[in-house]
Amino acid sequence: MIGENLPALQVILPLFGAIIAALVRRGDIAWLVTLVTGVATLMVAFALLVKVLAGGPISYEIGDWVPPIGIEYRVDVINAYVLVLVSVIAAVILPYARTSIALEIREERRAWFYTMYLLCLCGLTGITITGDAFNAFVFLEVSSLSTYTMIALGRDRRALIAAYQYLIMGTIGATFYVIGVGLLLVMTGTLNLVDLSTRLVEVESTRTVSAALAFIVVGISLKLALFPLHVWLPNAYAYAPSVATVFLAATATKVAVYLLLRFLFSVFGAHFAFGQLVLTPMLLLLSVAAMFGASIVAAFQNNLKRMLAYSSVAQIGYVTLGIALATATGLTGGIVHLFNHAITKAALFLVLGIVFYCAATVRVEDLAGLGRRLPVTMAGFVVAGLSLIGVPGTAGFISKWYLVAAALEKGWWWLAVLVVASSLIAVIYVGRVVEVLWFRAPTETVAAVRDPPTVMVATAWLMVAATVYFGIDTNLTAGVASLAADSLLQGPQ
Amino acid sequence: MNLVQEILAHYNHWITIFLMVAGLYVVVARGNMVKKLVGLSIFQTSVYLLYLSPGKILGGTPPIIGEGYSGYANPLPHVLILTAIVVGVATLSLGLALVVRINEAYGTIEEDEIFETEEQFQPGEDE
Amino acid sequence: MNAGLLVILALAIPTAGAALIPLAHRFPNLRETITLVTAVALLFVVMALLGDVLGGGHPAFVLTTVVPGLDLAFAVEPLGMLFGVIASTLWIANSVYSIGYMRGNNEPRQTPFYVCFAIAIASTIGVAFAGNLFTLFLFYEILTISTYPLVAHKGNEEARVKARVYILLLMATSMLLLLPAIVWTWVAAGTIDFAAGGILAGAGLSAGLLTVLYTLYVFGIGKAAVMPVHFWLPAAMVAPTPVSALLHAVAVVKAGVFCVVKVTVYVFGLDLLAETDASDLIAYAAGGTVILASLIALNQDNLKRRLAYSTVSQLSYVVMAAAIATPLAIIGAAFHILAHAVSKITLFFAAGSIYTAARLTEVSQLDGIGRRMPLTMTAFLIGALSIIGLPPLVGVWSKWWIGIGAVDGDQTWAVAVLMISSVLNVAYLLPIVSRGFFLPPPGTAAGDKVRRTEAPLPMALAIGATATLCLVLFLGANTIQTLLAMIVAVPAELAGNLPGGDSHGR
Repeated sequence: MIGENLPALQVILPLFGAIIAALVRRGDIAWLVTLVTGVATLMVAFALLVKVLAGGPISYEIGDWVPPIGIEYRVDVINAYVLVLVSVIAAVILPYARTSIALEIREERRAWFYTMYLLCLCGLTGITITGDAFNAFVFLEVSSLSTYTMIALGRDRRALIAAYQYLIMGTIGATFYVIGVGLLLVMTGTLNLVDLSTRLVEVESTRTVSAALAFIVVGISLKLALFPLHVWLPNAYAYAPSVATVFLAATATKVAVYLLLRFLFSVFGAHFAFGQLVLTPMLLLLSVAAMFGASIVAAFQNNLKRMLAYSSVAQIGYVTLGIALATATGLTGGIVHLFNHAITKAALFLVLGIVFYCAATVRVEDLAGLGRRLPVTMAGFVVAGLSLIGVPGTAGFISKWYLVAAALEKGWWWLAVLVVASSLIAVIYVGRVVEVLWFRAPTETVAAVRDPPTVMVATAWLMVAATVYFGIDTNLTAGVASLAADSLLQGPQ
Repeated sequence: MNLVQEILAHYNHWITIFLMVAGLYVVVARGNMVKKLVGLSIFQTSVYLLYLSPGKILGGTPPIIGEGYSGYANPLPHVLILTAIVVGVATLSLGLALVVRINEAYGTIEEDEIFETEEQFQPGEDE
Repeated sequence: MNAGLLVILALAIPTAGAALIPLAHRFPNLRETITLVTAVALLFVVMALLGDVLGGGHPAFVLTTVVPGLDLAFAVEPLGMLFGVIASTLWIANSVYSIGYMRGNNEPRQTPFYVCFAIAIASTIGVAFAGNLFTLFLFYEILTISTYPLVAHKGNEEARVKARVYILLLMATSMLLLLPAIVWTWVAAGTIDFAAGGILAGAGLSAGLLTVLYTLYVFGIGKAAVMPVHFWLPAAMVAPTPVSALLHAVAVVKAGVFCVVKVTVYVFGLDLLAETDASDLIAYAAGGTVILASLIALNQDNLKRRLAYSTVSQLSYVVMAAAIATPLAIIGAAFHILAHAVSKITLFFAAGSIYTAARLTEVSQLDGIGRRMPLTMTAFLIGALSIIGLPPLVGVWSKWWIGIGAVDGDQTWAVAVLMISSVLNVAYLLPIVSRGFFLPPPGTAAGDKVRRTEAPLPMALAIGATATLCLVLFLGANTIQTLLAMIVAVPAELAGNLPGGDSHGR
């Protein structure tokens, strides 16, 4: 019974959790509800992945309406993988969240934060699991609206502006997406993704379908912060509560990437998106621009959260680069980087959350010598930073390896050079911070910092350890990513 | 003549496109945060038309299976847009709530005045 | 004992040392004991492995598969074995020396120093025993990263700036050139496992492309310090002297040239290089570096900088010999890794002792230092003569083998390079000794009696040990040649021939 309804539970659990968290009104109890829900969601996601790996795609009919008339939830390798990623991050950071939120958010607002957290989780899992284009829009808005609220809960008044700007940009993006879906509906009369892919074949030469693709790609690109549509991201990440930053950086953009993959490969099909339209050069150009532009801007940031936010924009460039290559190796690189970057960035933002907790600032110059004061915590920053650079033995290296190999397979040696050159800029911005943290005499602020709570350090190190583990054992990451890439490249089934 | 007829025949799309562009223009060009939200709403509303107008069939009947009902309009867009309206209202109200909070925090809802106090939000400026 | 287990142990022992040292943070004596015990244990394990390899064993195993085709694999072959023995032996001497130096100079932050040192040694062992290019690259990068804190150790502006040069140059070369070269090899050859005879032979790359690839490798391995990517080495001299001695005369730089030899022999293969001449360009570049760096060394007044440029020059001996790519030249290259290691560490130990006992850093200040510190300067003389290549010191053998290797490969110009360089070695090393012994110390007349002030005992012990090694290894050259002959499969009787006999030709 439960086994059959797993796809529905994946979305309904966090939704109901959110309602209960809103009703209890007490921060601590809401946290407990969130924790239980988060763990349950994670278990469901794992069960789904196991089931899909064993028995192939699962189709679930919501309310027993037969697709394509009813809404279908459809789980295959790639979205099972994304579901696991999202729910792992959501669950793992919760013990950390309690301490961090207690510091950063006033008691009467804490329950609301957890409500929004669960709603966001519900939206993200919904986008991932649904097989219906319009349903994805609704979940996109569920996750977005809750995200705006989470950001606005930040302590700094600038968080309000960041949330407002994100709201404007995010809504435009979502509306672009829904325009594209509308055009597809007009041309095919269906919203079911599988159904769409079969019916599109007859009409794909029309200009309307091309326009639909353009609207959808631009709309989703806004959500995934593809350069130059990223301007909302640095402020949103910098001023949101630490926990929200961790969660968003690790999951929200990744789910948007998933949606893009789904449309490009499963709905339109690689032959159409990359063959008939000139998507490859455009995506390549923007990806490379992101890798360099955003990395260089990151090197000039004084606020560490903003620095990592710009670095996120750059790292999204690697993911879209893999997509643009549209080969098995490239796509594997892009998808595996989804995961690797998620855990790396989560680890880094978790460490920054601890820094903020202890020192009440994340500005580089105020943190000179912090490494000597908090060696264990800051060693975590160094290791995760190495993964960001892509040093071998860390998760970041695996993605870079695939991307470079994919470029060389195509004979595009210049692209391989660009990939490795851009990671050198990461050496600069990570190295700059490491130097200040470890090799300058501690400032007064740093001498006076308090000790970090063990649970926060443990959570951060769990994530840091994951970045190293997935640099050595990649069965779960590159293995699944390559399966997903193969199934995506087979195109519409 | 043909071209003119062609253009007139799709008047519903022209209205949609006009609203879409006008809404986007307001979002981009206005500095007042409430006006921006108004523009955003107009932009979203244009999408409702985009969905609804192709669903309408002149002389069509309600979609009921029974005698006397034939050539009915597609009910699906209406259902979808009902949902979209709800989403739109939620977005608008959240946006307005944020504007209220911004007004409390800064004492203004004009973007330029806020940007003067908070340098890092200026376009192209990064601390 | 199982050889695979021994390799794991060789990696695990220094790693465990690095983990234990911070726990003894408050007890300096215990902390130093951990370092010493770790170093001795490592040597035992490596010696056990050596026995296995000398007996013809090739312990190899895959620890885990990272990505299909990309393994974390180890394979012990004679060249890596030699490098492992050098690093682990000298680590003991250097640990003893470090204790004297760090305490004698009251250096701050000694615990992180010993931790990073142990990690650096672990990664050196990893480089030595790597079974494929990926594993090699992994430990190569860890070595770079773990030595960065050692270079920045002082924590002042100068140290930070130089450490920046150090990490950026090494990371830039390895990521921009070495990583693409490895991926290229993977795409072209379908494997990156080291194999006797090379893996690129059947890959169908043209001679031009092979030249590009070989160049990418040599400059990508920035630690080999072939000009113009040598700047990091003089910059690294800002580190405490034990770091310069073990890491920037032995472990790090030797890891660089070791990688070059390894790539030459096990990735390209000598036959392929002989057919295509793909490595000639690099041979010339390395030959140029030998001369140029020696000339620069002549003009350095700072003792450690002079030694650093001397190291740049000597490293290029190895690269040049590797690029000449005849079996005998490869033996010479491998031998020079050993010979230069023991000689140069002796010189650096001497420089550190002079700094600790007399606070002198410039060559021009060293008048009469031989009378104050006769033991130290005698050791310095032995090291210097070994670098120059005079018998009965170990340095003579490597120059011999490189020379006949060059003749063998019709690259007689390399012999000229060797001779010019030897003259330059004399010119920049021996004046230091003569100044120390024959000039009166400042402020004293020629006949005055000078009080002896040697460095602390641990330092004197270490320096004595390495100087003795320079002599002992001259005598023990036969065993080493037996080991090295296995690398290139030269007939044993030829490799066993000592210079002076009729060993020319094949």
